[in-house]
Amino acid sequence: MFHLMPYRDLPGDFTQRYNSSHIDPIWFDVADADKVGQYYNATLDEMLHAATAGLHGLCTNQHHQNVYGFMANPSIMGGILAKQTNGQNVAIIQLGSTLPSTTPPTRIAEEYAMLDCISGGRLIAGFPTGLPSDATISNAVVPVEQRERYREALALVTKAWTAKEIFAWNGRHYQLGMVNLWPRPIQQPHPPIWIPGAGLSGTAEYVVDHDYCFCHLSYHGAKNATAVSDRYWELVAKKGRDDNPYRYSFLQLIGVGESDAEAEDLYGRHAEYFFHNLLHTASHYQAIPGCLDYNGMVQALHHNPRAGINLRELKAKDFYDRGFVIVGSPKTVREQLMDGIKRLRIGHLLSLLHFGSMPTELCKHNIDLFGREVLPHLAPLWDRYEDRWWPERLRRPAASAAAALASAS
Amino acid sequence: MAASELRKLRLWQNRVETEVEVSGRGPPLVYLHGPWGLNPDRPFIARLADGHTVYAPKFPGTSRGDHAAIHALDTWLDLVVYHGELFDRLGLAAPTLVGHSFGGLLAAEFAAAAPKSIGSLVLIDPVGLWRDDLPVTNWMLLSNDARRRALFADPDGEAARRFFEVPADPAERVDTLAQFTWAQACTGKFVWPIADRGFKHRIHRVAAPTLILWGEADGVIAPAYAQEFAQAIAGARVAMIDQAAHLPHLENPGAVGKALWGFLTG
Repeated sequence: MFHLMPYRDLPGDFTQRYNSSHIDPIWFDVADADKVGQYYNATLDEMLHAATAGLHGLCTNQHHQNVYGFMANPSIMGGILAKQTNGQNVAIIQLGSTLPSTTPPTRIAEEYAMLDCISGGRLIAGFPTGLPSDATISNAVVPVEQRERYREALALVTKAWTAKEIFAWNGRHYQLGMVNLWPRPIQQPHPPIWIPGAGLSGTAEYVVDHDYCFCHLSYHGAKNATAVSDRYWELVAKKGRDDNPYRYSFLQLIGVGESDAEAEDLYGRHAEYFFHNLLHTASHYQAIPGCLDYNGMVQALHHNPRAGINLRELKAKDFYDRGFVIVGSPKTVREQLMDGIKRLRIGHLLSLLHFGSMPTELCKHNIDLFGREVLPHLAPLWDRYEDRWWPERLRRPAASAAAALASAS
Repeated sequence: MAASELRKLRLWQNRVETEVEVSGRGPPLVYLHGPWGLNPDRPFIARLADGHTVYAPKFPGTSRGDHAAIHALDTWLDLVVYHGELFDRLGLAAPTLVGHSFGGLLAAEFAAAAPKSIGSLVLIDPVGLWRDDLPVTNWMLLSNDARRRALFADPDGEAARRFFEVPADPAERVDTLAQFTWAQACTGKFVWPIADRGFKHRIHRVAAPTLILWGEADGVIAPAYAQEFAQAIAGARVAMIDQAAHLPHLENPGAVGKALWGFLTG
């Protein structure tokens, strides 16, 4: 289960007050610290509930200075989840700490190693580059250096995890005279590495080159992701990698009800809240000069997938009809998910079972129905593949790999 | 006025290939462009070329086909030494150095680092200093509307229209926007997130006769900064330009030209 930890109770005129859900909203005008304390606790409760309900992984992430999701340090959340789920068959998926924003990045190597030790080897190490605004505005990373810092940081982290001797790192962005990391992860040589990306940029190529798992984070649903996934699998083939579906994860908003009508009614306003308020983004905070390299920028200028869609003009039904959110009875959700999983070759489905203003009771209802009525019924599509991107201690025998279909759900 | 000539130079251990546009005839003058690249400044360069041989280099990374050059320089020391190499290769002796905005800071840093290498210095709305009561706007984080209002006294005027104009042809449009954005990315590397890299510690070394020009309606860096620069540079003169904001050389080129000629010939 994926969770953003958003602000769940924004004022009704939020989008009139602010041009962006990132950077601009003033805490004291919008937020209440007591409520936020409740949200953090509710988020942890919901994720622990998901573990109990049979979901296979708990995903946290890092964002800053916004109302859309503010686990400013996902390791804090991951630490609680790791401790509280000991003995359960559930992965702690940190998707995760943003390397370029953390100096030195060995801090993240340490935190992840701690999480792997605390969880008994259940960590999946996610390494996002971070949203442009998170990295460059909230953390002052020079835009044109974001990607090269990221790559150097990841190389440093993996070396710090695996080096048998003390070493010096004389990098372009980081210099450390003596690296001798304590602790090291239980999983050897290191935990599985997942790399999120919003589309196909240089990131996907880097992921395939290193044989990591690519996590396609789109809010437009599996229905609209074929072009990106096709290009990803072409890239995988071109680089001589196998077609193991587990090298591809996909995020999907999901709302399950007893019936289609009930689900549409239950989740409508939360879907609208998510797309209208939380995704109320401003291009000048996302298309920051230098965050894309020159070729990526030219590509984006030629084709911006978000151009032409005004989310605020769309209603809940539009989000359902367009497949941004898969909502319905367990049967409807199963069918739509199966279609997406097969079409895109999704190995790990990142299910966003909390979105927008959803209260905790409804989120748990969603988790229960998903865990009971959807997850076990997913056909054993990929059971002839080994999930090499899953903690070894949690790996299921091939015969029951079916369930791992939605293993990150 | 002699025709413009495009020179390509390989510098910095062959890691940077830069284009330098050379035009005009007369004493040497180097023009260092601002964050939006050389393209918008050509009408101003044409004016400068009336009486000078103008050398207008493109900032590392902004020359066509050499976008990755931005990764060959990391620090302000790199940048200043690189420009020393560039000026040597162009065979310039004590040129006039004119810089706008980011290019103004670059010109000033060079003048402080190598005070005997330049003849005179002209700074047009330079960035590089900081006052907590007058924070400098990050021009790379503005909405289209806010940027228009920050850069131009008349956001709907002819100069603004020309500055933001993009060609109708789709491929040309992408090329124009890409150059406009990438120039900000490359220059921004050295002033992110705040255009204060400690120039206040070095500014006293500027020894060349200096003219400071400032658009009275500058929405990026307040006109009060003209005095901040002037107070720290011995003998500096200040000319405020009316009907102009951050790009006075484009919005009120007549007034800028008059002040400039007065200074250079006076």
